[in-house]
Amino acid sequence: MEKPFAITLDVGSSLANKTGTWRTYRPQYVDRLPPCNNACPAGENIQEWLFHAESGDYEQAWRALTANNPLPAVMGRVCYHPCETACNRGQLDESVGINSVERFLGDQAIKLGWKFTPPASSSGKQVLVVGAGPSGLSAAYHLARLGHQVTIQEAGPFAGGMMRFGIPKYRLPRDVLDAEVQRILDLGVVLQLNTKVENIEQSMKAGGFDAAFLAVGAHIAKRAYIPAADSARMLDAMQVLRGMEDEEKPMLGRRVVVYGGGNTALDVARTAKRLGATDAIIVYRRTREKMPAHDFEVEEALQEGIMIKWLSTIKNMSDEGTLTVEKMALDASGFPQPTGEFETLESDSLVLALGQDVDLSLLNGVPGLEIKDGVVQVGTNMMTGRAGIFAGGDMVPSERTVTVAIGHGKKAARNIDAWLRGETFAPAPKHALAEFDKLNTWYYDDAPKMVRPTLDLARRQSTFEEVVGGLDESTALFEARRCLSCGNCFECDNCYGVCPDNAVIKLGPGNRFEFNYDYCKGCGICRTECPCGAIVMVPETI
Amino acid sequence: MTATTIKFYQTGTHTVGNRLLDPEHRSVQADMRRTNSLNSGHRACQGCGEALGARYAIDAAMQATDNQLIAANATGCLEVFSTPYPETSWQIPWIHSLFGNTAAVATGIAAAMRVKGRSDVRVVAQGGDGGTTDIGFGCLSGMFERNDDVLYICYDNEAYMNTGVQRSSATPGAARTATTPAVGTAPGNVFGQGKNLPLIAMAHEIPYVATAIVSELRDLEAKVKRAMEIRGARYIHVFVPCPLGWGTNSWDTIHIARLAKETGVFPVFEAERDQIVSVSKIRKQLPVEDYLRPQRRFAHLFSPKPNTDAIAHIQALADRNIRRFGLVDPAADTAIAAPVATGNP
Repeated sequence: MEKPFAITLDVGSSLANKTGTWRTYRPQYVDRLPPCNNACPAGENIQEWLFHAESGDYEQAWRALTANNPLPAVMGRVCYHPCETACNRGQLDESVGINSVERFLGDQAIKLGWKFTPPASSSGKQVLVVGAGPSGLSAAYHLARLGHQVTIQEAGPFAGGMMRFGIPKYRLPRDVLDAEVQRILDLGVVLQLNTKVENIEQSMKAGGFDAAFLAVGAHIAKRAYIPAADSARMLDAMQVLRGMEDEEKPMLGRRVVVYGGGNTALDVARTAKRLGATDAIIVYRRTREKMPAHDFEVEEALQEGIMIKWLSTIKNMSDEGTLTVEKMALDASGFPQPTGEFETLESDSLVLALGQDVDLSLLNGVPGLEIKDGVVQVGTNMMTGRAGIFAGGDMVPSERTVTVAIGHGKKAARNIDAWLRGETFAPAPKHALAEFDKLNTWYYDDAPKMVRPTLDLARRQSTFEEVVGGLDESTALFEARRCLSCGNCFECDNCYGVCPDNAVIKLGPGNRFEFNYDYCKGCGICRTECPCGAIVMVPETI
Repeated sequence: MTATTIKFYQTGTHTVGNRLLDPEHRSVQADMRRTNSLNSGHRACQGCGEALGARYAIDAAMQATDNQLIAANATGCLEVFSTPYPETSWQIPWIHSLFGNTAAVATGIAAAMRVKGRSDVRVVAQGGDGGTTDIGFGCLSGMFERNDDVLYICYDNEAYMNTGVQRSSATPGAARTATTPAVGTAPGNVFGQGKNLPLIAMAHEIPYVATAIVSELRDLEAKVKRAMEIRGARYIHVFVPCPLGWGTNSWDTIHIARLAKETGVFPVFEAERDQIVSVSKIRKQLPVEDYLRPQRRFAHLFSPKPNTDAIAHIQALADRNIRRFGLVDPAADTAIAAPVATGNP
């Protein structure tokens, strides 16, 4: 080729110079497990549904959420949100209000009538679910979506289990519960109410079921021996809370004493207050620090005028309703010990809220079962000692919350599905945890947490209206956008922008990025400047 | 700062892009169709701040001029690593000048375009701090004085890096370079006046002067865009850390730049004629030690024993910047105004 004066070489692009050979470390994109997802007992992919909510695509967010949990409007009210406790944002300013956004999505779904997508095909298998509580409903939902025909047999007159008979209306309005239950039934799940399963083997045979999931809950109130005169009015918490669902509300009187320190004790005391009690007093044998009830529930109860007598046990109850209470003192190991000091407490009724046992009578005669400490033992696949019979919720060893129960239902459903196909369910391996120190928090704006409105105190003490309100669209969107997206790329374009070698390829919305290893020199700026810790540097092998 | 304030979107404007923003509010660097004016395969060191700053600035200039841009480039790292004949990384019309005359070459190009009636074609001159504050200073001052229609961009990495880290008039006090070794009673560079070129440019009363930093991409892009809206001599001074010359980790380039701003060591501002019109405030103020400690060129300030006098001196200079340019807003509320909850009940 004829070249101009003094030019001897063809002009070329620097692309001929593959600077990737300089590299000793290579960047790689990773996904890490966000702490919220890690902490969720129902196994929700919280960060994924927040991602959709951030862009205002609430239906997509709701669909991602309900892939794991069919009851978001219920969850957004009654879940104790361990996700928020684990949230990395808590170390920055305040945790993301995951629970509020979940409730917003759940309420949005009810308002706009979103439905679950029915399964593409039917498996032809029949599964019996015993108990229409959170665990049973969750299992039924997942099994139905996997194409199985599900029948729920429920001993009580309504579906919901402890969500209806254990959680008062002011925390969970019944129309919300009904709407979410109905949506599950709309998938073709058959619900048989007032149908107590007396013997599981017989019920399975009679209905031609291929497998069963037992979730009867724990609803037999534990009793403590308290000597009481004949006419003394002593009830248990389950009687009171279940009675609230009847036309005739329980008669508790003006001075109500509740014995116990769990969430149920608080629920009963707050219910009594709303029924017109002037004094609702909780007697608990240990201190506030040792109380198993959740802090916010204690706080709400105290606001409503519930009184709590710490370090006290009830010795007896007289005809006139006078309680003899003994003062306790914590010993060195933190256990309450009697002090021999007594006082009296006037009461019209005493409600025992000392925990619940499981009614296991339906398992009589089933071979291979192991029952320990009053609950059924299950394997990691939620199956009992009897092949084909699975169990979950309060009737197996676990923390007794609605969220845990829902998680059991999902886990059991996946294992039942695999078992019905003669396979073993293998959960996907978990990513490494996205700890706070993996984040570059410089990039996140300071943003205050959105607080849900609370009903005024006068109405809280006299009505069963819902205490905690919901976020509206603007506040819910704001809250969703507080998510740091820990450990998972949210397409902020930082790596694409900060690479001095133009060695990051942007693949377009939803498709993330790729490294161009021909030119990446391995400087690691992308890793340092990734806000969410989704890039690692790994040594090159020679 | 000329960047638009936007509604809260998770990371606000701090990240390069933001999927929640309208495309027209996103940065040039987030765009899949950005020019990549300085393409892959260049020979800059790992983590080069100058390569990054140059691509940021020229891509923004390309977008602002609808790709009608010619660049003149002084000798220095940027020229050497991008264009070892016959290869080049530049994907724009680009010419290499001598070390000292790039402002004059750009003036010539601008004059030629004027003669040809091509008012749509804009001219950028660029160089490092050596080529700008020392060797090319005469030509640059002339370009300012004549108010030639050129945007001059200086990528300041505070020494002659290309030839082996020799001191320039932009090297800060106490910094160790090949020509200011960390020995004797006053180790490193002397604390002198140096040359503060943005202020010198302002003294020429040219239409537009700005400083920028690679850690604040949107601010940098907004300034280049603003400069391209103006005719006449314009000057942008971009602070670009140099991992090799400063002895910093290659992965910390942007982090170091951010520390320079957050400590007040490098003030980020914008001026028209001789008046400062906007200042990029410090977001989270830090002591200068945080900036100095990760840099080996300042290692002698901390070992074998801390040189508290020198550190105090540098802190005093940073504090002076903070006062002089108003870098800290005492009433600043960094939190984003949140919507008011109006949910039921």
